[in-house]
Amino acid sequence: MNYSYTILILLIPIAAFLFNGLLGMKFKPIVSGLVGTIGLGIVFLLSWYTAWQYFFVGGMVDGEFPKIIAMSMDWLQFTDKLTIRMGIMLDPISVMMLVVVSSVSFMVHIYSLGYMKGEKGFERFYSFLSLFSFSMLGLVVATNIFQMYVFWELVGISSFLLIGFYYQKPSAVAASKKAFIVTRFADLGFLIGILLLSFFTQTFDFTTLTGADHSIFESGAAKSFMGMSVFTWACLLIFMGGAGKSAMFPFHIWLPDAMEGPTPVSALIHAATMVVAGVFLVARMFPVFFFQAPDALEVIAYVGGFTSLFAAIIACTQYDIKRVLAFSTLSQIGYMILALGVSGYEGHEGVGYMASMFHLFTHAFFKALLFLGAGAIIHAVHSNVMQDMGGLRKYMPITHITFLIACLTISGVPFLSAFFSKDEILVAAFHHNKLLFAVEYLVAGITAFYMFRLYFSIFWGKDTQYHHTPHEAPKVMTIPLMILAIGSIFAGYVPFAKLITADGRPFESHIDFAIAIPSVLIGLVGIGLAMLMYRKETHIPERISIALGGFYKTVYNKFYIDEIYLFITKKIIFNYISRPVAWFDRHIVDGTMNGIGWITLTSAKKIKGLQSGYLPQYGMVFALAAVVFVLIFAFLVR
Amino acid sequence: MNILNLFVIIPVLTVLGIMFVKDYKGARMTAAIGMSLQLVAALVMTLMYFAERKAGASGEFLFYTDITWFKTLNIHYTVGVDSIAVWMICLASIVVFAGIFASWEVQYLSREFYISLILLATGVFGFFISLDLFTMFLFYELAVIPMYLLIGIWGSGPKEYSAMKLTLMLMGGSALLVVGLLGLYFNSSAAGPVTFNLLELSKINFPMAMQRFFFPFLFVGFGILGALFPLHTWSPDGHSSAPTAVSMLHAGVLMKLGGYGCLRVAMFLLPEAANEMAWIFLILTTISIVYGAFGAIWQKDLKYINAYSSVSHCGLVLFALLMMNKTAINGAVLQMISHGLMTALFFALIGMIYGRTHTRNVPEMGGLMAVIPFLGVSYVIAGLASLGLPGLSGFIAEMTVFVGAFAHTDTFHRVITIIATMSIVITAVYILRVVGQLLLGPLREKEYLEFPDARWYERLSLVVLILPIAIIGIYPAFLSGTLADAIVPIVERLTAML
Repeated sequence: MNYSYTILILLIPIAAFLFNGLLGMKFKPIVSGLVGTIGLGIVFLLSWYTAWQYFFVGGMVDGEFPKIIAMSMDWLQFTDKLTIRMGIMLDPISVMMLVVVSSVSFMVHIYSLGYMKGEKGFERFYSFLSLFSFSMLGLVVATNIFQMYVFWELVGISSFLLIGFYYQKPSAVAASKKAFIVTRFADLGFLIGILLLSFFTQTFDFTTLTGADHSIFESGAAKSFMGMSVFTWACLLIFMGGAGKSAMFPFHIWLPDAMEGPTPVSALIHAATMVVAGVFLVARMFPVFFFQAPDALEVIAYVGGFTSLFAAIIACTQYDIKRVLAFSTLSQIGYMILALGVSGYEGHEGVGYMASMFHLFTHAFFKALLFLGAGAIIHAVHSNVMQDMGGLRKYMPITHITFLIACLTISGVPFLSAFFSKDEILVAAFHHNKLLFAVEYLVAGITAFYMFRLYFSIFWGKDTQYHHTPHEAPKVMTIPLMILAIGSIFAGYVPFAKLITADGRPFESHIDFAIAIPSVLIGLVGIGLAMLMYRKETHIPERISIALGGFYKTVYNKFYIDEIYLFITKKIIFNYISRPVAWFDRHIVDGTMNGIGWITLTSAKKIKGLQSGYLPQYGMVFALAAVVFVLIFAFLVR
Repeated sequence: MNILNLFVIIPVLTVLGIMFVKDYKGARMTAAIGMSLQLVAALVMTLMYFAERKAGASGEFLFYTDITWFKTLNIHYTVGVDSIAVWMICLASIVVFAGIFASWEVQYLSREFYISLILLATGVFGFFISLDLFTMFLFYELAVIPMYLLIGIWGSGPKEYSAMKLTLMLMGGSALLVVGLLGLYFNSSAAGPVTFNLLELSKINFPMAMQRFFFPFLFVGFGILGALFPLHTWSPDGHSSAPTAVSMLHAGVLMKLGGYGCLRVAMFLLPEAANEMAWIFLILTTISIVYGAFGAIWQKDLKYINAYSSVSHCGLVLFALLMMNKTAINGAVLQMISHGLMTALFFALIGMIYGRTHTRNVPEMGGLMAVIPFLGVSYVIAGLASLGLPGLSGFIAEMTVFVGAFAHTDTFHRVITIIATMSIVITAVYILRVVGQLLLGPLREKEYLEFPDARWYERLSLVVLILPIAIIGIYPAFLSGTLADAIVPIVERLTAML
């Protein structure tokens, strides 16, 4: 099977980026939009074609899906053994990610033709979108961990550029800065992790790292540092990078603020693709985690579980619809991370791994749909806040129906996609850790509650009087919504256990009704509660928030984590490190230098008297000096 | 004739040419033509060099010429280059070329300005081609004197103070160097007549006591130029007062003389002492890296920010050199080139922005991206290169340094390497702060709307700097793969004793 055409999947978006970035302003805006969209359309077709070729034409070799290196070239050589290569690797998860990224990106490209119409900087928007698509696709097909890091950083910068798209708005600028710096800090861990891992294994390549031959780990296995083995450290540090991008606690703070970006961007980057990069990273390195650092995997499970609960609770109190969705994203990614953490490796043991990838896949569709739907709503009412909405079902029928489908999906209603993927996650958690399993049950209920709180507040609730009658979005925006709605209904019927598994070998999986039925019931309770409180305008929510008092306030303020960060950065780094350093430099270091200058000058004034004009005195000094120099040279030349 | 001589002859002829022109237009035209020729010569020389290497030339230095010019003391005009010097010459000619166009509007005493600038360049080029330490030192001093005049006359702010401070501190460094160089010279007699020739000196194994005594003189002497903590304070004041082209040349090239000298003279000739004392300087350079970055966060003047950032980045050069393995030294050279280009780009941009807003104080500006997008985007590119974004040169250099530094297994090296890697986060903080305050956000003043975007000569100057940054970032192999012939002998000598 020849996959060398896959290079086009990377080349087309970067070409679109360069075209729109350098020449976009010379043409009408729509040209940029079409160049970007058609380019992504081709990438979309190529990705689906690749998936079909890979899974159904190429198929399994010796009963397992192979890792195919479609192309590879040396990029930067460090030492004889360590070289960064740039290449394309096809294996089940990278092919699946190609499909996810290109599909969502294509939908967002189409949608933005309508959403961003008439915006200043339309061509800039499309060039950044192409840059992002290029980086994200490069990330998922990376053949080695350093290539992944390279594209990881590029994804970060595209995210920075897109969050700060409205660069004259101070809040957008601040949010983009925050997103970049927080993830950059996490990436520092990733980098040190790579350095550690590659130093002991002498390779960056995924095929070698995740292969069956574990001898490369021998040199470092015995070494430990502060009670943990080198590879546990390396894996935890690498996961730190993943946690940064995937906004896991405590690096989650950048994601809600990132909603300052245009809504299609939130759908693409901050819901469906970039934020799952951390999940993808752990999945990609899974054998290393599983065999070399099981302790790290345990940590990952708890981080995922905690984040999913934490974010779900906050989501119940937020009013900005995009922020509710952002916290919901956090919570769902927590699920995926948890599933990886509790996964085994072989056969049905690896159900967690499979479930995580499965949920990533279905989540991409319904979460992109939710965000694009939110975009259509914001487009219609010119506000992000729930209080400004209500009764919209009458004005926006298509948005209403598709949004409802997405809400039902995320709540785990039977036979919609997330029902299947969430069930697998719960099964995996049940077999591994009962505490986490219980937490996830609870989160399933909370999720249903806050999603329907959102849904009822927007489409039902009070009949708000609007200045302009809201109108349904144009076709170019509703068609992507409908396509994604179809995706989020049917994505659950993809036989993941047959295609994407930890060890590359298919296994049998079926719905575990003993776990599925209670989880559906919990979901329905959540929906029912939300219906009671928000379908018509009531005072129940208000009373509850008053009754909860301080707790409600703490949750509403996101547990004050942002304030803690602000304290660390503003107070500690700026006032207690940077400022003293600057002062020290000016007054102590430089002061010493100036002091030396001053002493020289003053003493020069004092000894000015030596310049007396008396020849004998000069002669005397000259002679003495000559003697001293001769002595010195005699000593040295010897 | 040896092509290397061109690098001294062209600037001297240009200086002579400028003396005969009447007005500033003639002066800048002559300077531009001269430095364009210099750039072409540099590129031709690079191609010739690698063609000869490919053809199998195995000498340590190619284009070797040796002319005696002071027989009694055995001082020669010896020239020759290896791949590090070749790329340094390329860097210098790019920066000088860009510098001429960045100072296209200098009209006050313009002939004298261009003459001093090109004399400064002559010193730099002479330094990189010389293999005789005395001649090398002479060229170095040739570069420092015009610097004093350039800052003192065409500078801004407290220019006399800054010029004096910079010159005195660099002269202080020179004083240390004189001692170090004389030490090498007088101790070279064991093998024959005393000599300043680098090649001959490199064959001598100096006694340990002598190495121990003279290594600090040489390393610190060059280190001052490379902004070694705590002898870096000439840099913020000097840069902030210097005119644009001088800041560019100074931070872009002259500071690299420091790193180059540390490697080529101090470490190469006195390897045992280098090994023994590396830890002291490693601590100092680690401090430079982090301290410079933290210092930059607090600054408000664009040039101060960049000066402190240079302290941090140049600290990384010396840091990598002292790691003494092929990868790290390779990274150090890459970092010199990368930082040279990027900091020249920064200073060029700062000069252009200052020319419009008449202030360099960041809090007084804002929203410039909307009115001067070309300069704004260039500034962002420079910033991204500085914070080590893949696809631009900074990433290549930093990663090579870190991978190289990480090859040491002992705790000391590990810890300082991890501390050094932290700088990439701090760098992101101060770069994004400046970008956010200066370029983004709402337009600060109405009068900004009248600002012209970059003019053709400004664009030329910026593009000439951005292109190599991007090329190195996208296709690093052409650069990082070619340095082995220069680095291997040095590393072998450094590790032979272990």
